[in-house]
Amino acid sequence: MMKFTASQKALALIFSFGLVAGCSSTGDTMGEDGMESAPGSESTSGQESGSTVFGGEDGSGVSSSEMTEQQRQEAEARAERAQAEAMREITTFYFDFDTAEIKQEARDVLVAHARFLRANPGQDVRIEGHADERGTKGYNLALGERRANAVQSFLVVNGAARGQTETVSYGEEKPAVMSSGESAWAQNRRVELIFQ
Amino acid sequence: MKNRSNPSGPRHALLVVMMLSLFAAPVLGDELLIRITQGADAAIPISVVPFSESGQMPQGDKISRIVQSDLAMSGEFNPLAPEKMLSLPSEGSEVFFRDWRLLGQRYVLVGQVNSAGGTLQAQYELYDVSQEKRLVGATASAPVSASRSLAHHISDRVYEAITGVPGAFSTKLAYVTLERRADGSLYRLQVSDVDGKRARVRLESDEPILSPAWSPDAKKLAYVSFETGKPAIYVHELSSGERQRVADFQGLNSAPAWSDDGRSLLMTLSKDGNAEIYRMSLANGDLKRLTDHWSIDTEPAYDHTGEGFFFTSDRSGGPQVYHQASDSAGPRRITFGGRYNAAPRADSSGDYVYYVHQRAGAFHIARTHLETGTETVLTRTESDESPSISPNGRMLIYATESGGNSVLTVIAVDGGAAYSLPASRGDVRDPTWSPIVQ
Repeated sequence: MMKFTASQKALALIFSFGLVAGCSSTGDTMGEDGMESAPGSESTSGQESGSTVFGGEDGSGVSSSEMTEQQRQEAEARAERAQAEAMREITTFYFDFDTAEIKQEARDVLVAHARFLRANPGQDVRIEGHADERGTKGYNLALGERRANAVQSFLVVNGAARGQTETVSYGEEKPAVMSSGESAWAQNRRVELIFQ
Repeated sequence: MKNRSNPSGPRHALLVVMMLSLFAAPVLGDELLIRITQGADAAIPISVVPFSESGQMPQGDKISRIVQSDLAMSGEFNPLAPEKMLSLPSEGSEVFFRDWRLLGQRYVLVGQVNSAGGTLQAQYELYDVSQEKRLVGATASAPVSASRSLAHHISDRVYEAITGVPGAFSTKLAYVTLERRADGSLYRLQVSDVDGKRARVRLESDEPILSPAWSPDAKKLAYVSFETGKPAIYVHELSSGERQRVADFQGLNSAPAWSDDGRSLLMTLSKDGNAEIYRMSLANGDLKRLTDHWSIDTEPAYDHTGEGFFFTSDRSGGPQVYHQASDSAGPRRITFGGRYNAAPRADSSGDYVYYVHQRAGAFHIARTHLETGTETVLTRTESDESPSISPNGRMLIYATESGGNSVLTVIAVDGGAAYSLPASRGDVRDPTWSPIVQ
């Protein structure tokens, strides 16, 4: 089973974010997982959190329920932001041998990156394509580029501006794992996003 | 450092980049250690009798010792150990053919080396034992500092006199060594003799250096360097250390290959969207696109005519070797055995194309006979790449893995003997054999 280590890791990560998404309607879960944006950790969210408690005690009828709905939406938005932020922690995407097909589990994460780039036009990203050591260096250089281009196109289709992106292929020159065998190869066939 | 196209085109990219002073005088490289990995079965028995010497001799290996080792390395000769010789003649009048016949020898090389005024003078004679006939009688001289060149020259003459094919012992290898350290990688482009001796570092970088290619006059190397953070093609004049960055377009700039006249390079560029093969004129940077397909087209190599070229393309689904007979001719698929065939290299006769071939999960060097389409796997090692054919078509050098490191291995193209050239530390890869320069 060793040979699936890399994709298992990736899958585990994706699933853990999937769980966050599933529970994100409750602010609590978001608070536990999205440490940095948890209520109370910043002054703004601290105020929002405080007003929630205050609103509950006030019990002033109609306006109170409107506040709650608004707060619920805000909490949802916060949860979504935290989820997207957590997804954006993933910057490495893996590929099968001699393919440049973006895997299903990478798509949501790349969409999060694309939206972030659209929301932050001043942010650039360097897209580095890599191949495993098998095969020829020349072909692997082209294969790494094909992978980087696939990710670039996906980001652009999902909202990033092409000018925010640059691609470079290192072929098999910069392995993430310095050993041979399917486990190492699986971790080396990848695209890395470097935000600059 | 944006990877964007250069609006003013290749002319602008033809900047002369002077090398850092560190590299202006080539630094000593790591000499490669030779390891004979496989003996030759049908090798020709030859006796290289230790040459008699007079005057101040150079340090290190004796001339005749280098000749003996050259001939052994070719895999086509099986030199007799000097301690088994019955006599040690140094000129023809001292050669008793009966003695050499008794020892089962077919050829005997005898000679003398004289050193005077900083110059080595060698006089040598090659005899055919069964015909009792002198095949070569010649003199050659060289500065004492070039004693190895003198020895390789004699090896070339002996080899050609017996096989009818020019020797390639005076040619050079270019290759890249790589040391991976905790604080990063160190790539070094090196040039050495074909026996791994006299290695000199020509370029050193923390970033990848790939695909060195010799100009037809063996005076320049083209290669890919990532020193600016992205791949670019450079042409490097070895004597001066002067460099030109000739291709620095958006995307790939890779796999340079020289034309026969040295005036243009084939190369892979992806500036128009994906990897395609182009020819660049070195005089003015003009580009002509030679392939047009949405698949990967890369690793071009001129064929023996100098008109057509082989290349790797995955237009059929996986990488395969294709041939295009001229600029405008349609590509013809050459390889059909297995799902991965790449990095083609033509031989000078036009009989074969050599390439990396995957079989049962392992990567070997194979060749296909172009007329019959017959494919032969040449190597028994399993992580083989970067084949390069010696200029006389008799030897093949490639990179493979041994003990976790990349090493260079040389074999005779029809199988037979092999020797390997491991780096003293780290990996040695991307070998390329220089042309024969008269």
